[in-house]
Amino acid sequence: MSMQTGLATSTTQLRTYAPATDVSVAAPAPRLEIARAEPVAARRNPRTEPGPIRLIIIALAIAFLSIFVVLPLLVVFASAFSKGIVAYFAALAEPEALAAIKLTLLIAAISVTLNLVFGVVAAWAISKFEFTGKTFLITLIDLPFSVSPVISGLVFVLLFGAQGYFGTWLQAHNVHILFAVPGIALATIFVTFPFVARALIPLMQEQGTQEEEAAISLGASGLQTFFRVTLPNIKWGLLYGVLLCNARAMGEFGAVSVVSGHIRGETNTMPLLVEILYNEYQFVASFAIASLLAMLALITLVAKTVLERRLDEAEVPDGD
Amino acid sequence: MIRRMLPLVAGLLWASSAFAADYSLLNVSYDPTRELYVDFNKAFAAAYQKETGKSVEIKQSHGGSGSQTRSVIDGLQADIVTLALAYDIDAIAGKGLLAADWQKRLPLNASPYTSTIVFLVRKGNPKGIKDWDDLIKPGVAVITPNPKTSGGARWNYLAAWGYAQKKFGSVDKAKKFVADLYQNVPVLDTGARGSTVTFVERGVGDVLLAWENEAFLALREFGPDKFEIVAPAQSILAEPPVAVVDTVADKKGTRAVAEAYLKYWYTKEGQEIAARNSYRPRDPEIAKEYEKSFAKVELFTIDDVFGGWTKAQKEHFAEGGIFDQIYKN
Repeated sequence: MSMQTGLATSTTQLRTYAPATDVSVAAPAPRLEIARAEPVAARRNPRTEPGPIRLIIIALAIAFLSIFVVLPLLVVFASAFSKGIVAYFAALAEPEALAAIKLTLLIAAISVTLNLVFGVVAAWAISKFEFTGKTFLITLIDLPFSVSPVISGLVFVLLFGAQGYFGTWLQAHNVHILFAVPGIALATIFVTFPFVARALIPLMQEQGTQEEEAAISLGASGLQTFFRVTLPNIKWGLLYGVLLCNARAMGEFGAVSVVSGHIRGETNTMPLLVEILYNEYQFVASFAIASLLAMLALITLVAKTVLERRLDEAEVPDGD
Repeated sequence: MIRRMLPLVAGLLWASSAFAADYSLLNVSYDPTRELYVDFNKAFAAAYQKETGKSVEIKQSHGGSGSQTRSVIDGLQADIVTLALAYDIDAIAGKGLLAADWQKRLPLNASPYTSTIVFLVRKGNPKGIKDWDDLIKPGVAVITPNPKTSGGARWNYLAAWGYAQKKFGSVDKAKKFVADLYQNVPVLDTGARGSTVTFVERGVGDVLLAWENEAFLALREFGPDKFEIVAPAQSILAEPPVAVVDTVADKKGTRAVAEAYLKYWYTKEGQEIAARNSYRPRDPEIAKEYEKSFAKVELFTIDDVFGGWTKAQKEHFAEGGIFDQIYKN
């Protein structure tokens, strides 16, 4: 925060300063010197910004936060409880709501477990070994981040839909992937794939391979090295990745919407049900489900803060 | 805390899935029929149990008629489709999922209930909208969904076109009229329910072109102190059709119960449910009974004015069709 204020100060001062030196417009060199010299002056006293300006900036930040973060959250809870606590819990106890909660938990359990395994394996390979195609693998891992979720869903329609590449075979053998749990799980796994790997790769790269090398030179097997040395080192980072992965898995809308088929009480996840109920003018029920998702977000946020602290602590001893 | 809650949550979740019926049907339908089929499914399940002793559970899927069609083609295991227009079921039949003559298998074009297109305006009708001509006046914002994705929107479009063609007697003038109308449309939602939400909840627009049943539902949900229905003198007879998807029903062994389900529509009870949900019943007796619920509108059919769905679809809504031409300009 103080660094940002420092930077802001230096640029404002630079701007006010620039016209004064503008006597020789064609000479860029002096400006460079100024740019280099100014931050030192700014850093010496980073809080010299006049009081009113500081107040305005703080007020802007608070206003922004309340309008874009706090207010929507409050609206969700206010709407959910607008007809009282009984209506709220009645909405959550509806069979359709329970089915959606159950499906969401199931999908999250499947995709987090699988991505935990894939993510650790991928991060392990990328950070501890050298091989050709490594950059390509990293790009592949990042792919779901850059692809629109709708496309992620449509890919599976093209593959497993009745008119898709495997459609005829699947239909003939009565295997249902699309518009059923497997399809929703696949789409969610695809969308949440990068989270665990992305949380681990920088951490594992930073930790280097020395400890593993030491373990192996002391006679540990590959698996022993992994479970006794690598895993304990990355546990907080891993939890962090799992947390983000879980949040996204439960909240994913676009990709799941494409492959769900919207069968009520069967293939609607919580985010899909929120939209459906809203469109049915059932606002209390809609926001009741939304409030569960919001609570999940809040829990994730708290857990994330705790984990980030642990992560920082974990990195310190390995810093040398 | 969380540990202690877990058994409770698990118990609740288990309880929700304990029930299993003798038959399970999936009815893939379009957007505005959600409330209709909640009623109908309950009544049918009770009647079927009474008659055969077998229990039947009907699952619903709702969405824009076009995208629901796409899902069924892509393999959504629908025993029954109840969509917004015959063209969509034709598309499914085109992929071989049901017989091409599906519309002949049930009476009345396989459309056990009908509807029409009416206007929903804000209370007091501040813009004085009485008939189709008022929709092309400058300063009137008309809300209607996108005919490319929504079945209801296509009925809206065809209703406006049919009115203009009958009034002015020429295709060119009808085209001009519909083009003027869409000039007044500030936003095209993807589905009928989306447009209703835009008009009713977000407060956008002066008039909503809507299924009659959808307009009545909005009145019921939000109260007649907020909105009014205006029925134009002429509109289109919308026939949302129903069909059993042969391949799916045969594979799942549900053909008999699926057919019984659709036939139930043609009973007095079924017709009564349609009427109660503001769909126009086909049965003359029930229609007479509910006569006062529906405005007197002179209805023309898609066959009369457009020569059927296939032709209308090709001329108006296909890529580069008339809708594309008028909405670009």
